[in-house]
Amino acid sequence: MTAADTADRVDREDARRALAAGAAPRRWGSWYVAEHRLLAMKGYVGEAVFQSFGNPLIYLFALGVGLASLVPQGVAGVSYLEFVAPALMATAAMTIAANETTYPVLMGFKWNPTFFGMNASPLTGGQIVNGIMIAILVRMLVTVTIYFGVILAFGAVPSVWGALAIGAAVLTGMAIGLVLSSYTSTIQDDRGQMAMIQRFGIMPLFLFSGTFFPLEQLPVYLQPIGWISPLWHGAELGRVATYGLEEPLWLTVTHGGYLTGIVLVGLWATRRHFVRRLNR
Amino acid sequence: MPEPVISATALTKLYGQVAAVDGIDFEVAPGESFGLLGPNGAGKSTTMRMVGAVSTRTSGELAILGLDPDHHGPDIRSQLGVVPQQDNLDQDLRVRDNLLVYGRYFGLPRSLVAERADALLAFAQLADRAKSKVDDLSGGMKRRLTIARALINEPRILLLDEPTTGLDPQARHILWDRLFRLKEQGTTLVLTTHYMDEAEQLCDRIVVIDKGRIMAEGSPAQLIREHSSREVLEVRFGSDRNARVAEQIVGLGERIEVLPDRLLIYSANGEAELVALTERGLHPITSLVRRSSLEDVFLRLTGRSLIE
Repeated sequence: MTAADTADRVDREDARRALAAGAAPRRWGSWYVAEHRLLAMKGYVGEAVFQSFGNPLIYLFALGVGLASLVPQGVAGVSYLEFVAPALMATAAMTIAANETTYPVLMGFKWNPTFFGMNASPLTGGQIVNGIMIAILVRMLVTVTIYFGVILAFGAVPSVWGALAIGAAVLTGMAIGLVLSSYTSTIQDDRGQMAMIQRFGIMPLFLFSGTFFPLEQLPVYLQPIGWISPLWHGAELGRVATYGLEEPLWLTVTHGGYLTGIVLVGLWATRRHFVRRLNR
Repeated sequence: MPEPVISATALTKLYGQVAAVDGIDFEVAPGESFGLLGPNGAGKSTTMRMVGAVSTRTSGELAILGLDPDHHGPDIRSQLGVVPQQDNLDQDLRVRDNLLVYGRYFGLPRSLVAERADALLAFAQLADRAKSKVDDLSGGMKRRLTIARALINEPRILLLDEPTTGLDPQARHILWDRLFRLKEQGTTLVLTTHYMDEAEQLCDRIVVIDKGRIMAEGSPAQLIREHSSREVLEVRFGSDRNARVAEQIVGLGERIEVLPDRLLIYSANGEAELVALTERGLHPITSLVRRSSLEDVFLRLTGRSLIE
């Protein structure tokens, strides 16, 4: 009981009933939302599975077999395929994040305002965000794990710690997803912002984050793109896991800390924007 | 007298400097059917959102089931059913799944939700559409599904914001029938509307609200008795002549309203006024004697009509 409760008439039968009924949603609300979102994803499960298997196969053939023949000496002491594989896993997570936190967020506020429906139930804005993110995380985890399995089959994971790259990729995806959702949850009208995100956000990250070549290959003035890019940090973290990329420990810790920090700030900002928009 | 399920005192909501709701007082008794009647922008929806515990009041007191929504939002919402103005069913889910996921939001067990979903689909006359996509439903069906969804937690209070706006007359009557059944079962209904006939059909008690303030309160019959005459004579002389004719008929009836397209003469006996009118040598293009409605009450109270 807090001081605020003194004004409430909790002696009433209907008030007591309300307090009892509110207990489960207060505790589990985020999971109810996740359940809903995953059920809705079932609508495009075929597409998602195809993406999960198809994308890695296409990329790994093109890069690992095609492009790799141009770099027979490999990169930084490992084969080109080994170099590029962990970055592709992180990229797959990023792609899911970008898909799930752009249009679907605006959709939930505007075109099919399901978030308002959720908010009218015992759920809170914060729980709605949590639930959306849990569902995205589950989807990412499934896709990235499949990706990892394919890479494993290609023989591109020399280290026994390789599976940790799954965690690195998911952390990357969540960081990017939460940055995007903190912005997309403030968009009132789609005037092409989503397409801009893809073209001038996701695409450059993909190309300049040390995905296909080490960041050091870029001119010094372009390297900061990599330093701020969650994808670079995630890819490097994945490389440490899959083939034991040699880098100072502080740098590995920085990769993990940077991504975790973005996740926390992004979650805080997204929750704040949701609550504000839902409870005008 | 039973304790009110909703009680508001000096309830106020400001957006910047603008008062959307400007210090209103009302109470709703359990089982009552209560209506907020007013034009668009009157503050009805804002009031509904505050009662629905999704919008924080700027000042005043508000208690829902004895609880303050500022501190007990989720608890209060666990006891509410909400039918919003804009449908927000999940179009990615099938009809029945919409009920299932919504029931889960209240922490209800899956088996119970499934049982209620089937009963509610029957109630909403949608049992044969259980597996349909939401997009394939008509507007009236979507509204009924939204109402079914709002009932999944067996709410103490059902909040309906403009429940029949945008529906054709037949769909409205089906909906009214369903709402009337709920009322008979003892569900407390709170609804906003700018349709007088809807308020008259469904509400035991109404507050007329305009510019964020309550203009009058009472049962539909009471409001009409207090703020209007028994009958109204409507006459049309053509839009260019109405105002001129109005000057010639001063003294007829209890009161005269001049609208752009017609004149309204308020009187206990409309036929008699029509006779008096023709005796003055005035011959309207069309004439109609009808009973007073809430529209007339609103016109009297605000000088404006409800639908502008």
